Amino acid sequence: MAVTAVLSADHVLEYPYKRSVGPVIGRFLTGLRDGRIEGIRGADGRVLVPPVEYDPFTAAPLDEFVEVGSSGVVTTWCWVAEPRPQQPLERPFAWALIRLDGADTAMLHAVDAGDIARMRTGMRVAVRWRTERTGHIRDIESFVPEERR
Amino acid sequence: MRDVAVVGFAQSPSVRREDSRNEVEMLMPVVEEVLAESGMGREDIGFTVSGSCDYLAGVPFSFVSALDAVGAWPPIQESHVEMDGAFALYEAWVRLQHGDVDTALVYAFGKSSPGSLRDLMALQLDPYCLAPLWPDAISLAALQARVLLDSGRITEADMAAVAARSRRDARDNPKAQVSGDRPAETLLEEPYLVAPLRLHDCPPVSDGAAAVVLAAGDAARRTSARPAWIRGIDHRIEPQALGVRDLAHSPSTARAAQVAGAGRGPVDVAELHAPFSHQELILREAIGIDGGVAVNPSGGALAANPMMVAGLIRVGEAARRIHDGSAGRALAHATSGPCLQQNLVCVLEA
Repeated sequence: MAVTAVLSADHVLEYPYKRSVGPVIGRFLTGLRDGRIEGIRGADGRVLVPPVEYDPFTAAPLDEFVEVGSSGVVTTWCWVAEPRPQQPLERPFAWALIRLDGADTAMLHAVDAGDIARMRTGMRVAVRWRTERTGHIRDIESFVPEERR
Repeated sequence: MRDVAVVGFAQSPSVRREDSRNEVEMLMPVVEEVLAESGMGREDIGFTVSGSCDYLAGVPFSFVSALDAVGAWPPIQESHVEMDGAFALYEAWVRLQHGDVDTALVYAFGKSSPGSLRDLMALQLDPYCLAPLWPDAISLAALQARVLLDSGRITEADMAAVAARSRRDARDNPKAQVSGDRPAETLLEEPYLVAPLRLHDCPPVSDGAAAVVLAAGDAARRTSARPAWIRGIDHRIEPQALGVRDLAHSPSTARAAQVAGAGRGPVDVAELHAPFSHQELILREAIGIDGGVAVNPSGGALAANPMMVAGLIRVGEAARRIHDGSAGRALAHATSGPCLQQNLVCVLEA
């Protein structure tokens, strides 16, 4: 029998359960809800943001929280001319790794710069908080170039 | 250590979309071919292990149904890794060290076409701080490329040269999906996809499957005129958070290469699993590959990148060049995770 048409159907898969985020990520996300960013001191003394429960190199348990700034420096970036459906911004934006003031590692988020010409490595950016916050990484709506804050 | 060799390798063509074949149907001819090449029947295989990702099919435990491709009756000893098949090959190599079985079948399959691969890859990330932002796979690679460009160690022209060479080499590989002879200068005239990456810097989305047969000691000598002996194999991983890692270097690859003994002698060919053009340049430096070595004569992952398969293909392509006598010592590399997070290095000798 010749194949004349290929049958296809949508397949929806979901995991409708809840997870506990634990004492470290939980505190980080609660901080975001309150408009505050907390990192954690690693085994080598560096401040890791976002915080982790265990040191990424030695696996030592970590518990010394350190509040860091809500502004920082772009350490690398790329330009998304056509955002994907679920990404933080619907207009062209930059993904960036951002080292917040007081932190030693960089975190990923979106930078709403408007135009690729405004982006450069080393530029300063600041958090733009969402008005309604729930304790989620998206409580940070995006970062914005600091001079336009 | 027990001597273990790659004695057979087969792969399907990599295509953008396998419309009418499901995963089992993609695998069956590949398994048949690799067993025939190895001169074995299914009953001669002591251990079977596969690499695949349930997220591609969107079906939990979909790897179990793929066992129909090898047949699991009478009962077989079988395992699976939710990783590239190269890491399944590592498990098979460890399993053969036990000494009670002499042969292993390793297979891998990936059918990415039903979904949007670059978005789906976000689900492998930290589920609290990264995945909810949906950073796609191309964007994360672009962040890494920028670190390299900013460091002054490479230029966009260097990246285009990797892509142009890969596509040129792929013209001789009937299994490849992307090939061509456009010079790097004209590739650079193309617009950015996610700056600083252009389309040619990124791998194709592929459907494909591959299989390898391993055999130990005399079993390898019986089945192959020129076994590709695994003289060293190791894999290492870096921290999960991208911002903690040194994205411009690959310390995990360097360590794996050192433990695998890559530097104990020159290699004739290296098959590097570098899905993005700049990653080949990182890997060359981490492993210490000099300009005289043929890198990715198959075209590499820029020419064909079936998820969970492209790393195993690197081992197979390297072994094939030992089997056919064109190489005496070869190196294969496989990667997993974003921005070369985890890396495997395998050294093969005639």
